[in-house]
Amino acid sequence: MTALLWAAAALSLVWQPWPPADIDIASKLQPPSAANWLGTDGLGRDIASLLLVGAQASIAVGVVAVGMGLILGVALGTLAAAQHHAGRVWVDTLLMRACDLTFAFPALLLAILLTAIHGPGLFNSVLAIGIFNIPVFARITRSAALSVWVRDYVTAARTAGRGALGITRDHVLPNIAPALVVQATISFATAILAEAALSYLGLSVQPPQPSWGRMLNEAQALMFQAPLLALYPGLAIMLSVLGLNLLGDGLRDLLDPRLSRQR
Amino acid sequence: MLPFLIKRLATFAATLAVASALVFAVLELLPGNAAEVILGATATPQSLVALEQKLGLDRPAATRYGTWVWGLLHGETALSTSYDTPTALLIAERLHVSLPLALMAMVLTVLLALGLGVFAASRHNRPGDVGVMALSQLGIAVPNFWFAILLILLFAVQLQWVSAGGFPGWTEDAGGGLIEGLRALLLPALALAMVQAAILARVTRSAVLDVLREDFVRTARAKGLSRSQALWRHALRNALVPVLTVAGLQFANLLTGTIVIENVFVLPGLGRLVFQAIANRDLVLVRDVVMLLVALVVLVNLLVDVLAAVLDPRLRQARA
Repeated sequence: MTALLWAAAALSLVWQPWPPADIDIASKLQPPSAANWLGTDGLGRDIASLLLVGAQASIAVGVVAVGMGLILGVALGTLAAAQHHAGRVWVDTLLMRACDLTFAFPALLLAILLTAIHGPGLFNSVLAIGIFNIPVFARITRSAALSVWVRDYVTAARTAGRGALGITRDHVLPNIAPALVVQATISFATAILAEAALSYLGLSVQPPQPSWGRMLNEAQALMFQAPLLALYPGLAIMLSVLGLNLLGDGLRDLLDPRLSRQR
Repeated sequence: MLPFLIKRLATFAATLAVASALVFAVLELLPGNAAEVILGATATPQSLVALEQKLGLDRPAATRYGTWVWGLLHGETALSTSYDTPTALLIAERLHVSLPLALMAMVLTVLLALGLGVFAASRHNRPGDVGVMALSQLGIAVPNFWFAILLILLFAVQLQWVSAGGFPGWTEDAGGGLIEGLRALLLPALALAMVQAAILARVTRSAVLDVLREDFVRTARAKGLSRSQALWRHALRNALVPVLTVAGLQFANLLTGTIVIENVFVLPGLGRLVFQAIANRDLVLVRDVVMLLVALVVLVNLLVDVLAAVLDPRLRQARA
């Protein structure tokens, strides 16, 4: 399912059955046919093309928002763990309290705040979701890194004169990478859901760029005439998120050493 | 318990203070000011100056922040620029829909999750357990606003048991009533509860399984209790601490989820209010609604921490 999502987004960059922005009112609300595999929407646009191109927004948001969370969150988490181990616990406490504060601002509220000032757009929604990811990765990184810092080989490295930066790069990061990979897939799924909700509300991707969330918003207005319009974008979101969650579960089982030993 | 409570209340107050400073900074101090956002790029300098004076933007930022916080603490909020009414009154009106909706969703979440989670744990590794876990995976993946649309399609469009949206009011004078009001909130509450119940069911199952492995449960069975008696009388009570903790944290998610669901069902709650405020460029109203929602999230986190410490005294020492 995850591979299908990426394949759809990649394919849409070079080919779509029909240009997604092509409006043809005379052909609106047509049922599935050989020409339009999933039918047409209220403006006569091909639904299959809209779904394909809509995958781009979901992938883009996932990559950037998770990337932000990974880069900044891992940096903060490793810094907090290193400072904690070095005896400067106040730095660790300050960083984690700042992360806790960010949890008071769910992505939707952040997006609302940014939209109120700067207007709706993909940039604001990506920023809001990305900011929300930072403390998620920071907490996981800090927790995992603290357990690595107390290992014997790290103590040996410190005794041999390695600095905190070298130890973090050569020992901490490789050992916490599996946990981060699992969290990244889960956060990717959450980012797709959050972007879809923001698009539904009109706070994210703007017309004429297609997005699954806005397709649902438009389908709701036509639900008495064409109930099936609401099915396709919702299924696309659900299958993408389900695939990523199952991938995350599978990676966790594969990469967890305790579960590996049981196999 | 008292040192823990004092420390936790101090953290709560500090978090609220910093959160209010952040909300104020984002809406009042970033490039451009509220008057420019409201009037747009074509505003004349004279109209900008007049609106800035009306909104108090000619005063220093620290004074404006202090006035705002003082007003919030005393319930004397500024006038909304689009409704010309104190924002506190507007918010209080809308809370009559949003709070009952969030509470109904929470009750549905807990009932569904406890039932499914305990059922799955009692049939561990059997088809019942696998079925519940598969359903919960689906539940987590389904967007709640899409589920809401599907509920409308089935119950409003196909079966015509309920209306597709709107809220009749809590009183007969307003054209509604208690039963009509609850009926109007049932589908929205179900849509909100579905995802949270799916997550909480997994937590419940995991917590109950952990407790079922404990020695005291084996002792209870050895003393003659049936499997279900041991489950309901002993295991569930001890599994409740992590379940209630997660449920409490989910209430914060439910509060923000109402923003989306209210727009699906056209309910006159806080979610619709904040979107109307954005459309009208009413930054005063946006600021106060967002601050209220942030404060509710922080308050719920505080209550969850205190409840967890009451149920499990070990947490008081760990956190104090």
